[in-house]
Amino acid sequence: MEGALRANAKMSTESGVESSPRGPGCSLRHFACEQNLLSRPDGSASFLQGDTSVLAGVYGPAEVKISKEIFNKATLEVILRPKIGLPGVAEKSRERLIRNTCEAVVLGALHPRTSITVVLQVISDAGSLLACCLNAACMALVDAGVPMRALFCGVTCALDSEGTLVLDPTAKQEKEARAVLTFALDSVERKLLMSTTKGLYSDAEV
Amino acid sequence: MKETPLSNCERRFLLHAIEEKKRLDGRQTYDYRNIKITFGTDYGCCIVELGKTRVLGQVSCELVSPKLNRATEGILFFNLELSQMAAPAFEPGRQSDLLVKLNRLLERCLRNSKCIDTESLCVVAGEKVWQIRVDLHLLNHDGNIIDAASIAAIVALCHFRRPDVSVQGDEVTLYTPEERDPVPLSIHHMPICVSFAFFQQGTYLLVDPNEREERVMDGLLVIAMNKHREICTIQSSGGIMLLKDQVLRCSKIAGVKVLEITELIQKALENDQKVRKEGGKFGFAESIASQRITAFKMEKAPIDTSDVEEKAEEIIAEAEPPSEVVSKPVLWTPGTAQIGEGIENSWGDLEDSEKEEDDEGGSDEAIILDSIKMDTGEVSNVGSQDAPIVLSDSEEEEMIILEPDKNPKKIR
Repeated sequence: MEGALRANAKMSTESGVESSPRGPGCSLRHFACEQNLLSRPDGSASFLQGDTSVLAGVYGPAEVKISKEIFNKATLEVILRPKIGLPGVAEKSRERLIRNTCEAVVLGALHPRTSITVVLQVISDAGSLLACCLNAACMALVDAGVPMRALFCGVTCALDSEGTLVLDPTAKQEKEARAVLTFALDSVERKLLMSTTKGLYSDAEV
Repeated sequence: MKETPLSNCERRFLLHAIEEKKRLDGRQTYDYRNIKITFGTDYGCCIVELGKTRVLGQVSCELVSPKLNRATEGILFFNLELSQMAAPAFEPGRQSDLLVKLNRLLERCLRNSKCIDTESLCVVAGEKVWQIRVDLHLLNHDGNIIDAASIAAIVALCHFRRPDVSVQGDEVTLYTPEERDPVPLSIHHMPICVSFAFFQQGTYLLVDPNEREERVMDGLLVIAMNKHREICTIQSSGGIMLLKDQVLRCSKIAGVKVLEITELIQKALENDQKVRKEGGKFGFAESIASQRITAFKMEKAPIDTSDVEEKAEEIIAEAEPPSEVVSKPVLWTPGTAQIGEGIENSWGDLEDSEKEEDDEGGSDEAIILDSIKMDTGEVSNVGSQDAPIVLSDSEEEEMIILEPDKNPKKIR
């Protein structure tokens, strides 16, 4: 109970700033989404936020390797591929965050001993990549018809050195910011599902 | 995931249809599927759709030292990846045969044909050259990966712009894109692969096989050609035996197809260049159709965050205050810091801890580490105290001090 209330506080205050006025940076970039673009995956979606674009494909519920099967729910797997080079540790940590978020909303108990695979491909990266990945994953899961408890969305905000908050920062804003925070929120109760932060910020700002 | 096997009746149906010169999607024997090329906002990024087969291509560059035996030439690196979303059978360990074959073919087509002038990639002979890296990702597998990949590779290379470099004596200046416009690569010609699938021991052939046709084919002939009718690579796989005039006929067809495809590529590149110059909108966002039920676009949306502060204050007032986290890091030496001292060693008092297990059961607030008693001892006192030490110069006003006889947390 306590944790949930605290989560609520966290969620509401993430878009608030101590006392400085709202700057012109509080607007989301132009975004677009398209579903069902690929013929092979069960569900697919492409999510664009400004110039950042991520393509997600979902296979599932499908056959799972015996070593990975869980007897009472579905095994969720997330794979994130960068555009250039081989996937590294950063991709692994992002995969984990996305997987934790998805596991919280997907009703895995309805499909035991199966696997649900979410494959994400970065098409272009111009800031707030993790949020875009979360959004694409959600839309692809919906397109695949995977039963979910709620939809979820990802939001990134950047705090620059003066303490002004910018939502949905571009790559340049992210680099110059002193802290970048990404949150995943669910759609039913507006609770916080996942948060990941990088940089220096105070409790009150959060 | 295992590949769903092709049923016998489907196989028979496809072969029968091919014998009657019919294809499932209504194409003629020598017809290509629709090719669609879209560019991204960065230079060198493109997505090519050959029917439903989709490939993403990205070119990037880096300054490195050259290979020892080729000190004046730049380095080209090609990498085709079969993404797991392209087909359920593409798993990291399982696709090696196909992957190696495709990568090798792509390399032969682009590297050995010398379509990129590697001498122009040299900056300082023997010390610094450009390494051009082409990454291709297969996003959807509906047959004929090699054609789509070769088109994507050459389009991405033509679209790419590398940063401008100037050498004055010993000084090398690398200009950022803001200082000087980036420079395109010097490309001599555009080799494009054309695939021919053979059925019934070479009796019937189809150009641009789709996924079903690939499954029932006997063999594949790939010819890489440029628009000047020069063959860059030719490869026949599957063990079928082809007659000389069959191969010649295929090369003639390939010549015609390559001309059409090259024209399409040129038009797409010109269009993109025009749009960029005029300052219009470009990038993948523009390629999403606006009037489709599966697509949705939203313009820049301002968010009204003016009343969030009041809402936030309400919520914070209602919520319980988070328990104090008292942590004062102690710096032992540069590079070694310590926060807290961990839990008190309770190996000695096993009888006591068993007694207190009943009180422990009730309190479940200690799930989060916050309420561990923090003995931040001074630098000189290390460990082994029973009573918590309150630092007199501590900045924390409210410090929760737990009694020494109550173990706040059991050692797991």
